[in-house]
Amino acid sequence: MSRVIRMGKYLLLAFISFIMFFVLPFYSIFIWIAKLMNKEIVYDVNKKRNFISKFMVSQWLGTSGAAQHNRVFVYFLIPSFSAFFMFVIFPFMHGLFLSLTNWTGLNTGNEIFIGFKNYITIFSDVRFAYSLYRTILYSVLNIFAINIVAFFLAMLVTQNLKLKNIYRAGFFMPNLIGGLVLGYIWQFIFNRALVNVSEIFNPSVLTSGNTALFGLIIVVTWQYAGYIMMIYVAALQNIPQDLIEASKIDGANAVQRLKAITLPLVAQAFTVSMFLTLVTSFKQFDTVMSLTQGGPGALMPNWIGSLYGLSEMPVVQSTNLIAINIYQEAFSKYQMGVGQAKAIVFFIFLLVISLLQVYYNKRKEVEL
Amino acid sequence: MTRVLKDFFTPKILLEILGIILLAVFFFPFIMVIFNSAKNASEIIATPLSLPKDWKNLYYNIVELLSRRNIDYYRSFINSFVITSVSLVAIGIFSGMSAWMLVRTKTRYSFWIFMFFLAGMVIPFQVVMLPLVRLLETLRSLTGIQFKDTYHGVILAYIGFGTPLSIFLFHGFIKSIPIDIEEAAIIDGCSKPQVFFLIVLPILKPIFVTLLVLNGMWIWNDYLLPVLVIGLGGDVKTLPLSVANLAGFYDKEYALILTSVLMAALPVLILFLFAQKYIIKGMTSGAIK
Repeated sequence: MSRVIRMGKYLLLAFISFIMFFVLPFYSIFIWIAKLMNKEIVYDVNKKRNFISKFMVSQWLGTSGAAQHNRVFVYFLIPSFSAFFMFVIFPFMHGLFLSLTNWTGLNTGNEIFIGFKNYITIFSDVRFAYSLYRTILYSVLNIFAINIVAFFLAMLVTQNLKLKNIYRAGFFMPNLIGGLVLGYIWQFIFNRALVNVSEIFNPSVLTSGNTALFGLIIVVTWQYAGYIMMIYVAALQNIPQDLIEASKIDGANAVQRLKAITLPLVAQAFTVSMFLTLVTSFKQFDTVMSLTQGGPGALMPNWIGSLYGLSEMPVVQSTNLIAINIYQEAFSKYQMGVGQAKAIVFFIFLLVISLLQVYYNKRKEVEL
Repeated sequence: MTRVLKDFFTPKILLEILGIILLAVFFFPFIMVIFNSAKNASEIIATPLSLPKDWKNLYYNIVELLSRRNIDYYRSFINSFVITSVSLVAIGIFSGMSAWMLVRTKTRYSFWIFMFFLAGMVIPFQVVMLPLVRLLETLRSLTGIQFKDTYHGVILAYIGFGTPLSIFLFHGFIKSIPIDIEEAAIIDGCSKPQVFFLIVLPILKPIFVTLLVLNGMWIWNDYLLPVLVIGLGGDVKTLPLSVANLAGFYDKEYALILTSVLMAALPVLILFLFAQKYIIKGMTSGAIK
């Protein structure tokens, strides 16, 4: 019995500490005003009878060392914690609830709880399935393109060339420019400049629903390869030289060296780069927005349509990636509840995929 | 003759040539932007690939761009600068304070608060964006203070979203600082805030620079958060918003669009030329952790 009471007391005090975390700043303003009016507020632990007020004075309000430390602790945490809580955690929690309502963006506070209806809507929506499919296709191609190009560039700039610093800086440069601005640059290049270069690029890749995604991949690879390259460069430079010399003496050629020494030793960099490229590909928004605005129309592939039992294939937006889809659902159709449900599906999907990726890549790493 | 060629084209020279070709491919878009922002509309359509006839056109284009009232390019540059710099300093100092406190008090609470911050790192912005807009509107009707389309609204949102990664990086760095210096300072009579601002903050300089680069690139180039919180027609619109506005108003008017693109990219590229080492190091080391 006494154990239950002690447990209850402990939980109560923990709860009070939690409350104090938010109340203390207001309390200190109060104390400060009192001081300005020449009124000292003094607490004495010995005068307090019940355990709650004893705890309050000894841990929070009094002049003891613990109370002072606790107060400073709160003051140091409150600026970042409150901003983080207010603008990240609270909207996240609220979003979980809003995805279960018929929210339309009017913010009247009169949303009606409709259960999992929004989720049923999006899973029976063939366009959402298409968008998910395009995102996965795009991400897979993008991850391969970026990592292969980046690894190749990293091999090149670690060859002890004369201009290697210029190469590094040059390859890195596209990464400094924002995705939105890049989109406009490449829109010009695809639609105006390359069209004049040769017949291969005419008509431009961005005008056809079948090729627009590849245009996007080229742009993002151009932007991201230099960044990922630097991660590989750091890993390649960490390979001990004696290992490579030993393999040379043993008579291994360049390909064997790459396979047996270089690739296993940079596996950790592969994990990091794959993770980074995966997350950025899934979240890709501003480049798509400026390059194609969701993209030229294309016919939906038959296999997706047949999954949903459609006889006629509708026209869909070919670069309508999931981030764009959420944005349009919310701000063009004002179906905020459905948009939020999509966002949460997206979040869970991304979380699972990235955890799986890290787990499988980690198993292939070797410790030096 | 063949021997001369063979001596000249050693593998190293071939790699060097390959590098130069790749560099040219990587620079092609930049060169196109620079060339074409110095042309007028008809010249772009006729000869998009050639050198501009008259570089004076670049000046005329810039003047033209700055004179368009509905773009308000000059102001949006200042807005971007204010928002980025204030958020960077605030994120740096606030999350440094929190991380130092969390490292130096070894209680259960500090561990769980740290874990709480880490959990924020996995949340993508898309999940939070719709409720965030709603929250800002609700805050306005509750307090009467406008949060949308103001400096403080955007900056507070950036502090919220920048905090988790910054605290994580600071946390790792502060753990490696020996505690002896701080203890010596306390014995000499420093209070806790004094210890942090006078002793610890100067030591944090290297990781502070990393965070400046990492967060700075993100905030300067960000589009999604400003478009939601400020809006395309807002008073404090940032550079990406202005570029998007321009491209929306003057569709396919590439002379102006490319000039604006050039001017939006130029500050960052100039900064890169001077602080190349720090930027590359900051962006890559921040990512790996």
